[in-house]
Parts: sequence; structure tokens; C-alpha cells
Amino acid sequence: MTTTMIADTPVDLDAEGFLTDPSEWNERIAEAIARDNGIDRLTDRHWQVVRFMRERYLANGTAPSIRSLGKESGVPVKELYQLFPRGPAKLAAKIGGIPKPQGCI
Amino acid sequence: MATQLTEPPQSEPADRKTIEKVAIVISKGSLEGVYPGLIMANGARMEGIEADLFFTFFGLDAIRKDRYANIKVATVGNPGMHLPTWVGALPGFSALATRMMKRQMENIDIPPIPEFIELVADSGAHLYACKATVDMFGLTMQDFVKQVDEIITVGEFYEKAAGGEIIFT
Repeated sequence: MTTTMIADTPVDLDAEGFLTDPSEWNERIAEAIARDNGIDRLTDRHWQVVRFMRERYLANGTAPSIRSLGKESGVPVKELYQLFPRGPAKLAAKIGGIPKPQGCI
Repeated sequence: MATQLTEPPQSEPADRKTIEKVAIVISKGSLEGVYPGLIMANGARMEGIEADLFFTFFGLDAIRKDRYANIKVATVGNPGMHLPTWVGALPGFSALATRMMKRQMENIDIPPIPEFIELVADSGAHLYACKATVDMFGLTMQDFVKQVDEIITVGEFYEKAAGGEIIFT
């Protein structure tokens, strides 16, 4: 674990760049992480996915699967992959300041 | 005394490559034969890895309109069941085992085959049917679900798989 400055805020990151403490997160951090991962600007649709991931994680202690992301976030699977081409669940979790999703689905 | 033949790696080599592309062959028509390939394809896409699926022999059942909702667990000739063969052959036993496995899958959020096929296709994986098997069974594109891209030969499969890893299940 390392402490890094993102958007002028010190945050603790794991080896893959996921925040280890979701309470350190804010929207400017989200935008900076998104830029680092090839998403220049977070649209409303991106935010819808990121917020859904984050709220689910904070409520249940686990991030939703790609299946429930596609069914329940309001953004269908095809669009999820257009928004986050390098992996929607993983990237939305990273941008949303929650740990990497652990499931296989 | 055990002899260490090679030095254990001290650290990962700096030029360690990541997998960018996989081509997965699904050749079996049982539930436990179809799921691993679908899980691996979906998992690849979730990591941003390109994925192609090639269905051959009884694996074609997973993309046949008339069969893909009725894929069953093989309860005979499957040592993994840990049951005497005659028990697996009892009427209704495969249906029971299939129901149980589907319930367990649902519990860990793994979708039923038709929904899973849609999920992997929507995630950007391409689905292909093996021409040799299609010809052998006398099938056409009409027999397959709409997510299937094309019927292709083995040669075409290798062309599509070029530059990636091939996984046979």
C-alpha cells in the first residue's frame, strides 16, 4: 500500500491503484483516476455506473457483478463496455474509490 | 532429500507480457462443459481482454435455439459426481443434478446459459460455430441464436485467433 497525491489529496492505494479506504474518495479524485485510465471526461452515463458501484459497495460490502451492473445500474452491458472499454466493473470500481471487485462474474 | 533443480524466480521479469486476446473453444454439450468457457470469456472481457468463442461438436448445443435453454449436467461417466454410475443413470437424476447446479450458479450470480450467451456477446466477445460440425449435423445459421456471428472453418478460426492464446475446454 502506498500513499499518493491525487487531485491534491493524499490517498492510500493498493498495488493496482485501487483506493483502500473509500472514505478518502471525492469526485475530483474520480476524474483524475479516470484520466489516468484513458477516460478523458466522465459523462453522466459514466457517473451513473460509478455511483451505482460505489453505493452498492458501501451498502453491501461487495461490488456488484457485471451481470447485476448490466441489469440494475440502468446502463446495459453493451454500453458499459463502450463507456469503460478496459473492463467496466474493474474500472468503475477504481474510479469510484472502492476495492477491486473480487468475483469471477 | 529433495533437490532443488532450478533457482526460484527472485522477481518478475521486467518484460512480463499481459494477455491481450483469447480464443476459447467450447467442445462439450453438458452444463459443466459449457460454463467454464463462458466464464473465461466473460472474465477476459471484464479485464479488457479481447475474446472469441468457437463452438464445436456438442458444444454447439450452447448456441442452438432449440437446445441452449436445456443443457444438462452429465451424471453418467462423470467421476466428479462421486456417485456410482448406475445412480447417475436413474431416471430424472440428471434433471435433479442440473436443477441443483443451476441453483448454486444463481447463488453466486452466474447466469443461466441463454442469459450468459447474451452477456458475453454484449460484452464484445465474438461467437462462431464450427463449420465441420455444422455440416455434420446438417445445421444452418437459422438453427443458432442471433448472437452467433458466423459459421467458420478451423482455418478461419486460427486466423481470428492469431496473436492470442487458444484455450480448449
